[in-house]
Formats: sequence, structure tokens, C-alpha cells
Amino acid sequence: MLLVNGIYKVFNAGTVNEKTALQDVSVELKEGDFVTLIGGNGAGKSTLLNCVAGVYGVDRGSILIDNNDVTRLPEHKRAAVLGRVFQDPMMGTAANMGIEENLALAYRRGQRRGLKWGISRKERELFRQQLKRLELGLEDRMTVKVGLLSGGQRQALTLLMATLKKPKVLLLDEHTAALDPKTANRVLEITEQLVKENNLTTLMVTHNMRDAIRHGNRLIMMHEGRIILDINGQEKKKLTVEDLLERFGRVSGEEFANDRALLS
Amino acid sequence: MGAVSLGLLWAVMTIGVFITYRVLNIADLTVEGSIAMGAAIAAKCIISGINPYLATCLALLGGMAAGLATGLLHTQLKIPALLSGILTMIALWSVNLRIMGTSNISLLRMGTVYQPLENLGLNKTYAIIVLGLLFVFALITILYWFFGTEIGSAIRATGNNPHMVRAQGINTNTTIILGLIISNGLVAMSGALIAQSQSYSDVQMGTGAIIIGLASVIIGEVLFGSRNFYTRMVSLMLGAVTYRIIIALVLKMGMPANDLKLFTALTVAFALSLPVFKSYLNPLRSLFKEVE
Repeated sequence: MLLVNGIYKVFNAGTVNEKTALQDVSVELKEGDFVTLIGGNGAGKSTLLNCVAGVYGVDRGSILIDNNDVTRLPEHKRAAVLGRVFQDPMMGTAANMGIEENLALAYRRGQRRGLKWGISRKERELFRQQLKRLELGLEDRMTVKVGLLSGGQRQALTLLMATLKKPKVLLLDEHTAALDPKTANRVLEITEQLVKENNLTTLMVTHNMRDAIRHGNRLIMMHEGRIILDINGQEKKKLTVEDLLERFGRVSGEEFANDRALLS
Repeated sequence: MGAVSLGLLWAVMTIGVFITYRVLNIADLTVEGSIAMGAAIAAKCIISGINPYLATCLALLGGMAAGLATGLLHTQLKIPALLSGILTMIALWSVNLRIMGTSNISLLRMGTVYQPLENLGLNKTYAIIVLGLLFVFALITILYWFFGTEIGSAIRATGNNPHMVRAQGINTNTTIILGLIISNGLVAMSGALIAQSQSYSDVQMGTGAIIIGLASVIIGEVLFGSRNFYTRMVSLMLGAVTYRIIIALVLKMGMPANDLKLFTALTVAFALSLPVFKSYLNPLRSLFKEVE
């Protein structure tokens, strides 16, 4: 479903601030794969996600979604087949617009937008049913401005927006990192639920080792712009945080020094 | 009454400024040029014998072209929005002189859009008020519809959060350009209506227009602010009229006309800095509460 083929990404090339963010990264996600992507700060996780989403162009290599080469497509064109949730709860929604207006915008992802009214009665009913399933009480507040919602509510709404129109690939960029642990767990539960129901091909970046192990059927670890671990199926099910730390040390020759990942 | 009639015509311009400043979240200085452009096109057309209504529509088209120019500079050539607006504004000065051929045109004893109402026996001021009200409410209704459509919603969301808009598959360059086109079209139309009401067009008439527009937006929001998009635009109209009434009052109280722009600039500066003053006041307030 998603094929990343030997991509390179260098920031500020030719200056003193030159930073190689991705070096020859290749990965293939099969339909229905739920991959958790983990690594320390500056490992290249978010850069990889942003390259897939088209926020950054790549310097070399190619990206294929469902066998279509999207390497040269701009961000808004790729969005037709991608669902995205960002780390910052503010990023995924339009704060001054109502919940239903945000959903209506998302419901038209990948379609031509014309002079039809922005939201129909039928859609409103559909949105109400979908919101109900989040169990956050949002179905009774459909015209409330999204800016008035809490971070967790906004992330849950963004998740719903990303999956309302079934995407070929769902990209989650540390979407629970800015939430308190309890809310983060609730948002992860909702993520599980939506991914399972729609059989979504998912790439989830996380800082949290336990979440990376608990969720998904495959775990990928990055370090200094490369993929250093790729653990699948049964092996992933048995994985513990200690295993992961030990294997990270063996592969990278370094300690996994990241408080956020260890303590959470 | 003169203040009310003038306010209604400037309300059209205020709504244009609102579309860029509030909806798109861009301070667009193109309006200084496009309001004069609207006046220039309408005046030149009318003295050339073109129907005043058609002339006003041509002014609309001219303003839209100005908005397109700013939009292309900003989105395609990646020039910051503020600077793009200034570039178009400066360029329009020459364009407007070219259109008019001189620096001002008199429309005395020429047909205007207000003529048919005057022929019914209304004096000019009332004719302007009636036509202005009809026009502004028609405009508000059309815009309310437009900003509720799929494209309109996308434009509103762009000013809110361009990241989100791109993630929903919308080209933000297109929505920004569309917003600028609509805004400047309205501003130019306002210029055409103003020129016909005061019976002359002057290349300098745009100077300071952005500040008048912003002042009207802010007055409207502070005094008549509301949530619904329709009533929000009505409050802009009231804001534009209130601004004109305030100006008429301070002039009557004896302020020299030459100080008007300074007065307006200070008012807008004060209104825009209100959040800062509020944050200074808040600690004071909580201090008082503790004392109590």
C-alpha cells in the first residue's frame, strides 16, 4: 500500500547547519499493516512521515502509494489518499469553525469543491453518529467552535476527520504526545478502534516505547536517519521494553538516551 | 445624514477588508490602490458615455485583477503578503493615472447609479442611502451564501489553519488568491460608488483607506460584535457608518480636517493594542481581588 524506496533528505544542504535527516530509508507497508515507528529525538521519524505526506520533497528515492508514484505530487494532492493527525492538537482542525464544519471539510477530502452548500442534512446525521461513537459527548455540540474543545477532544476529532473518508494510508505523528496520560490512552483506544474497523494501513510515530509495543502488528525503530530495527508478527507480540532497549544498544552501539521514552 | 450615506458606501470596502484581514488573516494593502482604481475606472467609463451600472461592474473586474496580482505575487513568487500588497498598491498608482489620463476627473452633471432614484424625487443623499442599503444587504446575502459553500468554507478554513486545509486536500494557494480577488473586487466597487457619490475621482483617494477599513472593522466588532457570519457582516456595515459619524462629530467639534488621518491612525493603534492593555490590567484586577 505504501512503498518508500531509498529516500534521502538533507536539510540546509551546503551550510554549516547541514543535517542529514534521512539516509537511504526504504520500507513497505502492506494493506492493513499497523506500524509503530519509534526512535530518539532527531532520528528522522517525523521527517519520514512528512516526506510521505509531501510537506517536504525528498532529495533522492521515490514514494509510492497504492502503486502510484507520488514523489513529485504537492502536499494537497497527496492528501486525497492520506489521513493525517499531528502532534499539536491545534494543527489538525480549524479553531474558529464548528465541529460539523471541520468534519464537512474533511468529508470532501480528495473531491472537487464547488458552490454546493458546505454541509448537507444527511451528512450532519452521519457526523452525529460517528461522533457518538467517540463517547466524548461531542454529538450534542456539533456547532460549537473547535477552539473551545480540549486537546484530547481535538485529537479525537482530528482522528475522525482523518478516517471519515477512508484513506489509503493513515499517518499519525506523535498524536498523543501533547496529552496527559489518561487522555492519551483514550485517544489511543479510539485510534485502535478506527484502524481496526476500517482495516487502515497505518504508520504511527511515537516517543513512547510501551505504546509502540502495545499497538500495531509491526515495530520499526529509527536512529540517525536510518531504520535500524524492523520487528514483525509473533516476535513483536513477545517484545518488552527491556528487549527493545537491549536490541537498540546492540544495533546502534549507543545507550537509548531519551527520558521521555523511558519514563513514560 | 451625509455621514450615514458615506458610511454605507465605505461599508462595501469594509467588508472587503474584513475578508482579507479577518477571514484570510492577511493584512492586504492592495486596497489602497484598488479603491482608487475602482473610482478611476468608473469615472473614466462614465465620462466616456458608458452606462454607470456597467461602469461600476467594470470597476469590480478591475479590482479583482488587482487582487489576482497580489495573490500571484504572494503565492507563486512567495513574496510575503504585506509586501505583495504594497507592490501592487504602488503599481496601481501608475495604472490609475493611465486609466484616468489625469490625476482627477469631475463627474458633475454626469449620470450616476444614483440618478434613477434622484429622478424619483429623492435628494442625492437619500438616494445614496437607499441604494447603499439595498446594495449592502444584497452583498451580505450573497457573501453569506458564498462563504457557506464548499469553496467558501475552504477559504474560511485557510485563514484559520492552512496546515489543516492542505491536509484535507485543498490547495491553499487557490483559496488565498480567491479571497484576495473577492476582497479587492468589492473594494474597487466601493471606490466606484464613492466617486459617483462625491462626483469626482482622484488618484489620491486611496491614501489611508486600509486604516479606515480596519477602523470600521474593529468598531463594528467591538460595538456590534456577533457570532453568526451574517450578523457579523451587518455589524461591519454598522461599524463603517459609526466611523463616519464619529469623524463628522469630531470635525464639528472643531478638529482640523488635516488631523483626521492622525486621529484615525491613533484610534486604530489603540484598538489593535487593546489585548496588550488588557493583559496589563488583568494582574491589577487580581491584585485588587486579593486585597478585597
